Amino acid sequence: MTQRVYLFKGFERFWHWSQAGLIIFLLLTGFEIHGTYKVFGFEKAVSFHTIAAWSLVGLWIFAIFWHLTTGEWRHYIPTRDKILVMARFYSSGIFRHEPHPFQPSARNKHNPLQRLTYLAILTLLSPLLWITGWLYLFYADWAAWGLTALQLEWVALGHTLGAFLMLAFLISHLYLSTTGHKLTSQVKAMITGWEEVE
Amino acid sequence: MKSAFTRVALGMCCAIGLIAAGWVQADESKAEAKPLKLTTTADHGKFKELQRPFKSGPEVTKACLACHTEAAGQIHRTKHWKWEFLNPDTKQVLGKKTILNNYCISIASNQASCTSCHVGYGWKDNNFDFTSQENVDCLACHDTTGNYKKPPGLAGNVVTQDMEFPAGSGKILKAIDLTKIAQKVGKSSRDTCGACHFFGGGGDGVKHGDLDSSMSAPDKELDVHMDATGLDFTCASCHKTSSHDVAGSRYTPTAKDTKGAHMPGKAGNGNPATCVACHGNGPHKKQPRLNEHTAKVACQTCHIPAFARGGVATKMTWDWSTAGQRDAQGQPITRKDAKGRITYESRKGEFTLAENVRPEYAWFNGHVEYTLLSDKIEKTDQRTPINKLGGSPTDGKSLIWPMKVFRGSQPYDPVNKTLITPHTAGNDDTGFWKNLAWDKAIPVGMKDSGAPYSGKFEFIQTEMSWPITHMVAPKEKALGCVECHAKDGRLSGIKGVYLPGRDAHPLIDTAGWGIVLLTLLGVSGHGLLRVIHRQRSR
Repeated sequence: MTQRVYLFKGFERFWHWSQAGLIIFLLLTGFEIHGTYKVFGFEKAVSFHTIAAWSLVGLWIFAIFWHLTTGEWRHYIPTRDKILVMARFYSSGIFRHEPHPFQPSARNKHNPLQRLTYLAILTLLSPLLWITGWLYLFYADWAAWGLTALQLEWVALGHTLGAFLMLAFLISHLYLSTTGHKLTSQVKAMITGWEEVE
Repeated sequence: MKSAFTRVALGMCCAIGLIAAGWVQADESKAEAKPLKLTTTADHGKFKELQRPFKSGPEVTKACLACHTEAAGQIHRTKHWKWEFLNPDTKQVLGKKTILNNYCISIASNQASCTSCHVGYGWKDNNFDFTSQENVDCLACHDTTGNYKKPPGLAGNVVTQDMEFPAGSGKILKAIDLTKIAQKVGKSSRDTCGACHFFGGGGDGVKHGDLDSSMSAPDKELDVHMDATGLDFTCASCHKTSSHDVAGSRYTPTAKDTKGAHMPGKAGNGNPATCVACHGNGPHKKQPRLNEHTAKVACQTCHIPAFARGGVATKMTWDWSTAGQRDAQGQPITRKDAKGRITYESRKGEFTLAENVRPEYAWFNGHVEYTLLSDKIEKTDQRTPINKLGGSPTDGKSLIWPMKVFRGSQPYDPVNKTLITPHTAGNDDTGFWKNLAWDKAIPVGMKDSGAPYSGKFEFIQTEMSWPITHMVAPKEKALGCVECHAKDGRLSGIKGVYLPGRDAHPLIDTAGWGIVLLTLLGVSGHGLLRVIHRQRSR
């Protein structure tokens, strides 16, 4: 029997998709700046990358405010409960069409692996990209800030590594979105807010 | 509301009225305007002191000094007069009197020729009186007629009666009318400065690459500031002069100006000739990203895409070792390229010349150390630097600068291990340009320098760096990003700074693409297994 639960509120969906678009665009322009390929041309790529970065900063300010005021931040508190069960499901149960061991609800949207992954992105990957990106933007001010020993190379390497990890996350995230009740259940949920669950 | 509207309407009427009135007034004043825009309150043509014939330069100077009583004393304190400069950082004694280069090498024993560019009269040998007031040459910088000439060979003196020079050559030097010139003196101009600085190294554009006769009346493309029909800067617009001491120095250049735009009267205003002195440290208002570059890149690097852009070629190499060849008849040889530019002259050797030259780039912190005649040099495979420019990516004082690097070979004493100052110019038996004999020219030159000479000479490969700072192009012609942000861009040789688009860390890239690839493989494998199991279960 299929049920529908309302998981993702309007702002949350807007946040998710605009953030997705910005991150994909940042990856596209970022790897062009890195010299991987040519799409917009270096000059435009830099300028688009900067605009997209500032847009993401703006979006995050709203998102952080929303998470704090609504209490939604609690969805990212890690838990050890069911972690092994989830891991076993993805590594074997899913092939045998076993039922999904995690039932999302408005009070508990993310399975424990999602919680861990998103928390790692929020607390490790994002800060890496933000801090290095910020330093990149204000390169000429380092001396005034007393960062005389800092080398652009370290900042650039950190930023590039972050980009690779973000790209790897994007690939796995896109794939895992097909592992819901049906292939499209999770994507639909992120569009309409309603997810079909068993 | 109504009253506000009325006020605005009234205001606009008034404004239109004022503009119209101004128009009429401007028209009237145009009718009365004098043909010459007077930039001074004194017409020297009306001065009795100058309404007389002058038989020599010093006679004019005496007339000048009658009113400008302190002028000679001010000149006496300058590099332009002394040709001597004590570098406060390196303690090296520099100046044209002392240094060598790899163009005409040195003024020692060649004073009478070289000092046609001295702001003085009569410096023909080491006995010149540097305390003489009347030997200061006012007209070299203050002539406005363009007729003032100081032919080489006359020790900076002028010709007031037609004369044959060199004696017996049949060549006549025409006299100039000092009275007319003196009556029309004015501020310095691109032409007065250029009379020497455009022709350094023995000809138009030879030495600098960013200074040549095309800068006498440049268009906007060639120099956005000096543009003769636009901003029309003179040299002194940037090289602001006080007490006759001209700002800006090749011996102690300001490589990185962090002081921002100058404020009148502010203590600690530095060199007024830098770009920053007017433009400040963040001049790119529309593209702030470019301001971030000022931490590492000199303005000149992007804004002077090439030098020798005005149609005058600059010399890029000079091989003295090939000088002295004669043809079958024993006569000196001159060879020219397709454009008629001299590429070989018996008295000088072989040259290469170039126009629209893309500069070389180097970290530069303003520290310049010269190789002097007193320095011992080991001859190696490396070129000997005539001037060593300090700079590194990490000293916090360096920027990436465009350079003209001038390479050549010149005489060297292998026993004493020093450079050599040969006697080149001069209508005498030992002058190299007269008789092409090194063994006569070198001892005379070295003796004049007061330096020992072993009697043996060979040639040594040298190079000299000239930071490029003139011929600033309009902003549309500044370098685009990919000129440098590319694998084989202009800054491919610059180390010590990470350049996005040029640089990547192989380890990070390999690991990064590895992670991405593994992720792709992982999800594809997982997906494939799901598809297979689904089909089996059907």
